[in-house]
Amino acid sequence: MSAEVKPTRANKPFVFNAENEAKFQKLLTRYPDTAALNLPGLWLIQQQDGWISYEAMEYLAERINIPVTQVYEVATFYTMYNLQPVGKYHFQVCRTLSCELRGGEEILAHLTKKLGIKPGETSKDGRYTLTKVECLGSCGSGPMFQLNDDYHEWLTVEKVDEILAKLP
Amino acid sequence: MAVQEVKVLSAKYGIKDSRTLAVARAHGGYSQIEKAFSMEPAQIVEMVKASGLRGRGGAGFPTGMKWSFLPKGLDKPTYLCINSDESEPATFKDRQIIENDPHMLIEGIIITCWAINSHDAYIYIRGEFVRQAEMLNTAIDEAYAAGLLGEKACGKDFRVDITVHRGAGAYVCGEETALIESIEGKKGQPRSKPPFPAVVGLFQCPTIINNVQTIASVPYIIEHGAEGYRKFGTEKSAGTFLFGISGHVNKPGVYETELGVSMKGFIEDLAGGVWKNRKLKAVIPGGSSTPIMTPKEVETCMLDYESIVEHGSMLGSGGIVVLDETVCMVKSLKNLLYFYHHESCGQCTPCREGTGWIYKIVSNIEAGKGKMSDLDLLLELADNMEGKTVCVLSGAAAMPTRSYIQKFRHEFEEHIKLGKCPFAG
Repeated sequence: MSAEVKPTRANKPFVFNAENEAKFQKLLTRYPDTAALNLPGLWLIQQQDGWISYEAMEYLAERINIPVTQVYEVATFYTMYNLQPVGKYHFQVCRTLSCELRGGEEILAHLTKKLGIKPGETSKDGRYTLTKVECLGSCGSGPMFQLNDDYHEWLTVEKVDEILAKLP
Repeated sequence: MAVQEVKVLSAKYGIKDSRTLAVARAHGGYSQIEKAFSMEPAQIVEMVKASGLRGRGGAGFPTGMKWSFLPKGLDKPTYLCINSDESEPATFKDRQIIENDPHMLIEGIIITCWAINSHDAYIYIRGEFVRQAEMLNTAIDEAYAAGLLGEKACGKDFRVDITVHRGAGAYVCGEETALIESIEGKKGQPRSKPPFPAVVGLFQCPTIINNVQTIASVPYIIEHGAEGYRKFGTEKSAGTFLFGISGHVNKPGVYETELGVSMKGFIEDLAGGVWKNRKLKAVIPGGSSTPIMTPKEVETCMLDYESIVEHGSMLGSGGIVVLDETVCMVKSLKNLLYFYHHESCGQCTPCREGTGWIYKIVSNIEAGKGKMSDLDLLLELADNMEGKTVCVLSGAAAMPTRSYIQKFRHEFEEHIKLGKCPFAG
């Protein structure tokens, strides 16, 4: 883990909230082995906290009865688990071929300029995170980015400006 | 004759609220369950075998044959996994089924579960498809509420449960054994085969893994029989295919046609031809890993499994990328190689080291820092990466590398001679 990563929640223990506990209980009935809840459990944590702390990993390991190292190796293997807090608005810009052919580089350059941060960075006020990602399966409607949970497709510089202007 | 769309899987696309159970049912959704339940499971397997349906995820393995590999009489559950990882660059067809007609997929799952005697299906969907996962869950909830799923699926004394399992951003999890590892709660590192998943798969039990489009094709086969499905396509490439086309065409998107239509016709008639009145430079026919083709090859190639192989490439996932005359081939290869380097799971040395190595060499050439000897080195590395690893990700990086150099070597040489990219400003 690199030096910038903040793996702890300042020693505040993590516990699923009521909504996620209910989802967790339902998932328990769907798999013959609790270890299978590793990925879904990490998603629930990220849904709740916005990112995944080491305390939360320890909590999940105990809940699904696997070593914490197995939670840790899964959390670090998959790119979508945030191991540190991300901005309120997380822009994930596709850089892979079909998007590049339709002007993806221009979209990324424009966002970099408008947000004032480079790919991989979060703005100081915690409002924006910019990430360059691999193919998001939106190849016929590129260039595109994912903003939090939503895809924005057929992007142009003007469209990006409109999206930014509308953000609360 | 112009290439035309054939609407088998995409029949409900464009109908208002086609995602909902009510609309799906009004347009024939779930109408094949009763017929399927009246058949012996083995009869369904035979029918799917006879239909010639092949896996639509990339490998093109005959579906019915895969199902028949399940061991008989084991005292273990059988699992069904639906591969909706859809991470091969240029591939975006399965998400269309989920967005437009998730109930067709669920109907296909119920019929498949009956055919292979499975009670638990997992739909493995890539993590980025947050909205599509929600759509699937909404459709599944509707199906449970209507009694189509659960203890007595569609009123039959046969339990079917479907669970959506989200990946988390790893291309390699589209590989079937990595997908299994991922559902089991591990890193998505592929397993050595054999044993094949049909014998030892998810939770050490027999498991069938099929692509979304494959399973969505099953209700049509039940309805129209093997012959009805075979009226589309060719002898060895039966049925229809949802081709996704992206890059430099006027109308990128997903179009369903029967297999065996002309590739050139598909690009011109359905995708509106190369954009901006430019000339065609190259086509990647079946997802980013499939060898690139020249305009001359495209001229005579048909969109079916055999013809594309005869033209030196593969049908793969049916994700076609069109590159116009302004594209720098070195830069486009560099883009793809970065992808494979990024997505290698790191388990096998030829892939972990090889993908990074070839990416660096091609990057250097693109930056004008290449040597002529790099080209033969790239070909040698590609040979050493293919077929020497647990899964085919390494080969997926080697194939474009080799074909780009074989077919567009002059462009690589020009970069090296000029000491810069001739396409950059």
